[in-house]
Amino acid sequence: MKIYVPMDSAAKALGADDVAAAIIAEAASRGLEIELIRNGTRGMIWLEPLVEIDRGAGRVGYGPVLPADVPALLDGTLKGLGRVEQIPFFARQTRLTFARCGVTDPLNLDDYQAHGGLAGLRRAAGLSSTEIVEEVTQSGLRGRGGAGFPTGIKWNTVRQAEADQKYIVCNADEGDSGTFADRVIMEGDPFCLIEGMAIAGLGVGATKGYIYLRSEYPDAIRVMQEAVRIARANGVLGADVLGAGRAFDMEIRVGAGAYVCGEETSLLNSLEGKRGVVRAKPPLPALQGFLGKPTVVNNVISLATVPVILEKGAQHYADFGLGRSRGTIPVQIAGNVKHGGLFETAFGMPLGELVLDIAGGTASGRPVKAVQVGGPLGAYMPLERFDTPFGYEEFDGAGGLIGHAGMVVFDDSADMLQMARFAMEFCAVESCGKCTPCRIGAVRGVETIDRIAAGDPGAIPLLTDLCETMTDGSLCALGGFTPYPVMSALTHFPEDFATAKEAAE
Amino acid sequence: MRAIISDHLHLEGALLPILHALQNACGRIPQEATPLIADALNISKAEVHGVISFYHDFREVPAGRHVVKICRAEACQAVGGNALAEAALARLGVEWHGTTGNGAVTLEPVYCLGLCACGPAAMVDGKVHGRVDEVRMAKLLAEAGA
Repeated sequence: MKIYVPMDSAAKALGADDVAAAIIAEAASRGLEIELIRNGTRGMIWLEPLVEIDRGAGRVGYGPVLPADVPALLDGTLKGLGRVEQIPFFARQTRLTFARCGVTDPLNLDDYQAHGGLAGLRRAAGLSSTEIVEEVTQSGLRGRGGAGFPTGIKWNTVRQAEADQKYIVCNADEGDSGTFADRVIMEGDPFCLIEGMAIAGLGVGATKGYIYLRSEYPDAIRVMQEAVRIARANGVLGADVLGAGRAFDMEIRVGAGAYVCGEETSLLNSLEGKRGVVRAKPPLPALQGFLGKPTVVNNVISLATVPVILEKGAQHYADFGLGRSRGTIPVQIAGNVKHGGLFETAFGMPLGELVLDIAGGTASGRPVKAVQVGGPLGAYMPLERFDTPFGYEEFDGAGGLIGHAGMVVFDDSADMLQMARFAMEFCAVESCGKCTPCRIGAVRGVETIDRIAAGDPGAIPLLTDLCETMTDGSLCALGGFTPYPVMSALTHFPEDFATAKEAAE
Repeated sequence: MRAIISDHLHLEGALLPILHALQNACGRIPQEATPLIADALNISKAEVHGVISFYHDFREVPAGRHVVKICRAEACQAVGGNALAEAALARLGVEWHGTTGNGAVTLEPVYCLGLCACGPAAMVDGKVHGRVDEVRMAKLLAEAGA
């Protein structure tokens, strides 16, 4: 009998380690022979710890399981969820990037290969660099970190650059609230990211890679470090990748708690051992990146999607999606929701369907008021925008952005003036300080919103004006996009900005 | 300290790994380390200090015996994170980054632990906790000796 208990940190945060220990103890006391596997998460966080038991006829789910449930679980009398793949939240997904996540043992390379792992890298090893980059370009993959820049074009710039050394840098500084896809794949299928980086290395002629991983993810750091060690020991990384005669190796580097280091140029400075201050562009990192050398900087999900593109072909991937948003996107459903978790789907599903149908509305049972999409720099979308299809251009047209595809749902108890104030406060705390609109503007923004709250009607146009300055004058997305949450709150929820004023009058 | 520093000198961009290693070993970045690092990396002491002071993680004053981090980001706010944080601050009688009088607990804000679908989230000495309510937080703080 195989028993799966996730080692994902969300599952651990909800008691998975205690459940695993209870299963081992109970099985030992019964003299029952079991194989306990610590898998990644299936992404259905409201069911965590989600224990799966395979008695020879498929994996049956139970969850959330408490340690006290373990005797009944082993008796077979605990009420189950049926076959995990048939739970509607899971069955409705299109899992390409996350196909193995939750299925396999994350640190078992044989298990990885038995589920299609390394097929992409093996194919890439037989292709020229031009052919690899062409495949990624044809897939239509765009930067999943939020900017949505076509990955193939970035790679081609690095491929064509002349240099004695090139680098692949993976941006794993997933600091946006409401997003956890990077963490889930690093903890649940780390070889997939390693494989994607190795393919990128072969594609652009880079022999060295770094994962810049935030310190707030200690579990992901541990899993990735172990996975890199295993990959190196098995010839996936090193001087002769899979015996193809080309070199690629990589290291894990740990961030130090600065949100702005998720911005690529700031990340590069941090990786070089400097303050995480944003660099002006040009020069592009693709030409002068890490240590001034041509560098591919991609998000975890962009790189972890490359193996499936190489394995199944660009067209297979590009056949999913909507408009210029090709393939799938792991939507992360968070905040006040009934069914929170990771939902990978082809681009195009309307926001409202994700919030009300897939996520099942709020956990509190109160009406949904707003959904912040794309992290702390994303707009608050009101119910009137729930018909917006999930896609880069579609969200842009609706005054928002999809960012890293995190969705934070708020019920009607949310005070949008306070959320706008928080956005400015966060920007002030995390600003790198290089450009004035961000460094000073965010501080003034907090003060101006406090004036609105105190009933000063003249402060509203001032806030609007300040936001325009920040949008137009900031060097990077931190100062430049903070106006998204602020202005969307002000525009869509004017009543939250008016009550104090009316009370004062 | 010299040994920790020299262990990392072969790395590209060695400063952050050095600072992490020093803090792991000493619980803080000792002031005496700054000139040693500057000398080893051939950069100025001001540059070293600039890097230490830029990042939220690095501390020059030791923390309490346990570090409790409470997530303040939007997803946790949507499920009562602010009230949880306020209650914890009041219970310990400290401000953010403050340490209790008995030296047991330092309370820090954190902006996202990636546990956004099971908030409010907290981390105690690197161990994560989800769906933390006030009762659970009180228990965690008591276990930490606050």
